[in-house]
Amino acid sequence: MSCLVKFMENFDTYAQNTWCPGCGNFNILQAFKNAVNDLIAKGVPKENIVFTTGIGCHAKIFDYLNLNSFYSLHGRAVATAEGIKLGNPALKVITFSGDGDSYDEGLDHLIHAAKRNIDITVLIHDNRVFALTTGQFTATSPKGFKGKSTPEGSIEEPFNPLELMLASGATFIARAYSPKIEHLKELIIKGVEHKGFSFIEVLQPCISLFNTYQFYQEKVYELEEENLTSKERALKKIQEWDYKNGENAKIPIGIFYKVQKPTYEEELLKELNSSKRNGGVNIKKILEEHL
Amino acid sequence: MFDYSILIGGAAGQGSRKAGLLIAKLFNNFGYRVFIHEDYQSLIKGGHNFSQIRASDEEVFSYREKIDFLLALDKNTIEKHQKNLAENGVIIYNSDEISLEKGIGIPARKISKEEGGSLIMENTALIASFAKIVGIDWEIVENILRKEFQEKSEINLKIAKHAYEEAQNLIKIEKVHKESLPLLTGNEAIALGAVKAGLEIYFAYPMTPTSPILHYFAEHQKEFNLKVSQLENEIAVINIAIGAAYAGARTMVGTSGGGFALMAEGLSLAAQSETPIVIIEGQRMAPATGVPTYSAQSDLLFALNAGHGDFVRFVIAPGDADEAFYLSGKALNLAWKYQTPVILLLDKDLCESTFIFHPEIESKVEIEEPLLWDGKEDYKRYKITENGISPLAFPGKKDIVVKTTSYEHDEVGITIEEDENAIEKMQEKRLRKFKEMEKEVEKTEGAVKIYGNKESKEAIVAWGSTKGPAKEAVEKLGIKMIQPIFLEPFPEKEIKKSLEGVEKLIFVETNVLGQMEKLFNTYGITGQGRILKYNGRPFTAEEIIEKLT
Repeated sequence: MSCLVKFMENFDTYAQNTWCPGCGNFNILQAFKNAVNDLIAKGVPKENIVFTTGIGCHAKIFDYLNLNSFYSLHGRAVATAEGIKLGNPALKVITFSGDGDSYDEGLDHLIHAAKRNIDITVLIHDNRVFALTTGQFTATSPKGFKGKSTPEGSIEEPFNPLELMLASGATFIARAYSPKIEHLKELIIKGVEHKGFSFIEVLQPCISLFNTYQFYQEKVYELEEENLTSKERALKKIQEWDYKNGENAKIPIGIFYKVQKPTYEEELLKELNSSKRNGGVNIKKILEEHL
Repeated sequence: MFDYSILIGGAAGQGSRKAGLLIAKLFNNFGYRVFIHEDYQSLIKGGHNFSQIRASDEEVFSYREKIDFLLALDKNTIEKHQKNLAENGVIIYNSDEISLEKGIGIPARKISKEEGGSLIMENTALIASFAKIVGIDWEIVENILRKEFQEKSEINLKIAKHAYEEAQNLIKIEKVHKESLPLLTGNEAIALGAVKAGLEIYFAYPMTPTSPILHYFAEHQKEFNLKVSQLENEIAVINIAIGAAYAGARTMVGTSGGGFALMAEGLSLAAQSETPIVIIEGQRMAPATGVPTYSAQSDLLFALNAGHGDFVRFVIAPGDADEAFYLSGKALNLAWKYQTPVILLLDKDLCESTFIFHPEIESKVEIEEPLLWDGKEDYKRYKITENGISPLAFPGKKDIVVKTTSYEHDEVGITIEEDENAIEKMQEKRLRKFKEMEKEVEKTEGAVKIYGNKESKEAIVAWGSTKGPAKEAVEKLGIKMIQPIFLEPFPEKEIKKSLEGVEKLIFVETNVLGQMEKLFNTYGITGQGRILKYNGRPFTAEEIIEKLT
C-alpha cells in the first residue's frame, strides 16, 4: 500500500526523560528528530544514521532516541564517531557532546578530527558549565563564574571554540541557539550533508546552574549566509563575541565557514578495495620475501 | 653441533641492523638455523647499535655471549665487545675506518669508492668479505643482495664481487643441508597472523617496540587491503578502534606500557560495551619512560589488572615468531567470539628479535565467524543468553537499531541506574561469558607448553622472549620447563597438572618483582627460587644454566 503522507517518526524509546524541566536539551532533541526525519525523506536510509554521545547532561539523548548509537566515555564521543566512520564509511555519523566533554576532557580529539577533516558532524551542547556534576566551570565559562569549585569566581578566561575550530581546519563551522529549533534543524541537516568535518556549537542555557537565557535572547542574531569560503570573514564574525559575556556584544548564529577539502576516509581508502573481505592474503608469497 | 655467534656493530645510521639481517640470511641460505638479537638506543645518529646473530645446525632462539666473529663498522664496536671474543674469535673490520694491529682489515671504503658506491655501501663490501672469509658460496651472496637491494642491486653486487674476490677464505664453516626458513621478527609475525585472521584496520600511536608493526602494515597496506591509521594519542587509538569495531570492522591497536596506560579507560569501555578489540602491549623497560629501547617483562600484573571495574580479558604471551603468528590470529578470533578485549603481551626482545618461522603454522590461522544476529526476532544488542554471549549486529543493517554503551544497560542498551535487579542480571550475563572464556582456555591446546625432561623433579617457569634461552637451558640440563601462554583466564588445571611431581620450581623472568611468580601465587602455587634479570638485556642460555647449577 502506498501512502501519500508520511508521518514524522518520533524515534522515542521507553526511557524516562530525566533532564530538568525547561532544559535546552529538549530543544536540541526536537531539532535533531526533525532533522533526521528530513534526512530520511531526502533519501538517507534510517539504518545508516548513527550517533555517539560523551558523558554529561547532553549524553542522555542516547536513551531517548531509538536510533543506532554509541554511549561513549567522557570526552571520547568524537573519537568513537571517527572510528565508526572508518569502520563503515557509508554511515552518517553525528556526535553529541558537551563543553565539558569536548572542550575540556576530550579537546585533543575535537582538534584532530577537525584537522583530518573526517566526515562526521559534531554538535556541542554548550551550556558553559559542568551540569551533571552539579556546577563547575568549563572551558567556555566566563571569567568570574561562581561554581562549587570556584566560589570566589573562576580565575580563567574562556576560549572561543569556533576560533579554535577554524584554526584546526574544520571545513564547516556553525553556531546555533537551542530555543531556535527550526534554525538548529537546518544547521544539522547542512552539517550532515557537508562532506567533511562539520562543527555546530549550540548555545544552550542551563536553567538550573547557569541560566543564560535572557542574555542570549537579547544578543543573538542570525547571520546572512554569504561568502562562506572566506576565512577572514569567518574569523571576523567568529570574533564578534569572545565568550566573555560582554554587555555590548552581539552573538551571531548560523554558518560562519564552509569549504570543500578531501576527507580523511577518502584519502585513507583511496587505494584500498572496500568491497573485498579481508583475510584472503597470500601469506606464503609474503614469507618468500623473508627468506 | 655447529654453533656460531656473530656480532656486527656500529653507530646509529651506519646500517648495522640491515647488515645483521643480511648476515643472518647468508647463514639461513647456507642451511643454518638463525636468531638475531637487536640492541640499540633512542637516538638517530651516533651511539652504539649492534645485532648479535646466532647460526646453528639446530634451532636456536637466543644469542650467545661469546662472539666467534666480531664485525666492526666503527672503533667503538671493537672496544665494547672484544672482551667477549671467543678464544679463536676473529675481528673483521673496515680498515679505512679503523686501524688495528690484529684481526682482518677490509678496505671497504676503497672498494666501495672504486665501484662508485656510497658510504653506506661499505657494509656490502664488509659482508661480502666476511662471506668469503668463512667460505659461504658466492651464489648465495649474489642471490641475497639481488633480493635485498632490488633496483640498487647492480652497484651493490659490483662492490660485493670486488670485495669477495679480494678477500681470502681463511676459515671453512660447514655447509648445513637444511632448507632455509622465513625469518620474521616477532612484530612481523604478529602483523601477518592478524592479516590472516581478517584484520581490517590497524590503529596506533608510535611507540617502541611496536612501531615496526605500524611501519610494516603501512608498507604493505595495499597488499593486505588494510586501513592503517596513526592517531593523535593512545586514548584516541583505543576509542577510535572501539568505534570501528562497533561498526563491524576487525581492528587491532599496538603500543607499549606507557601507551597502554593511556588506553586503560578504553579497555574498561571495551569490556562494558562488549566490543571486540585486540591490544598489542610490547613491554619495554619501565617504570615511566624507563629504558625505552630495552626489554622487560614488568607489565604483566598491569595487563592483568588494567581497567576499572570487574571484567575478564584474555591475556596471551607468545614466546617466538611461530607463536606470535598463531596467537595473533587467535587473539582476533577470540576477541570477536567473546566480544571482549584481548591483550597480546609481548616484550621488546620478542618484538624486535628475528626468529625462524615454520611456514606450516600459516594454515592454522583462519577467519572464524563470530555469533551474528539471525534476524529471527527483534534485535537486542545485550540479549540475555545462557552462555552470556549476545549475537552481534552492526549499524547499517535494515530495520534494527544497534545501541552500544558504557553505562550499565538493559538488553536493548538503555541505561539502567534505578533497577537493581536489572543491574544484577546484566552483570551476571557478562559473568557467564567470563566462565565461557575460562572454558575456552581449558580446551585450548598449547595454553601452557612443556619442554625439556617432562619427568624431571626440577622445573623452571619462563614466558615471553625468555622462552628461547630457558628452553635451551633445560634441554641441556635435562630438567623441565613450563611456558604459560594464556595468562588470563589462567589455565589453572593444566598448570597444576604440569607441576605434578615437581619438587623444585624456579621462576625465570626479566623483571624485579617476579610478576609471573606472583600470578602463580594467586593460585596457591609457590616456587623454591627465582632467577631475575632487570638490566634491560635478555637472558642467554648459559646464564640460566650457570644460575641453576
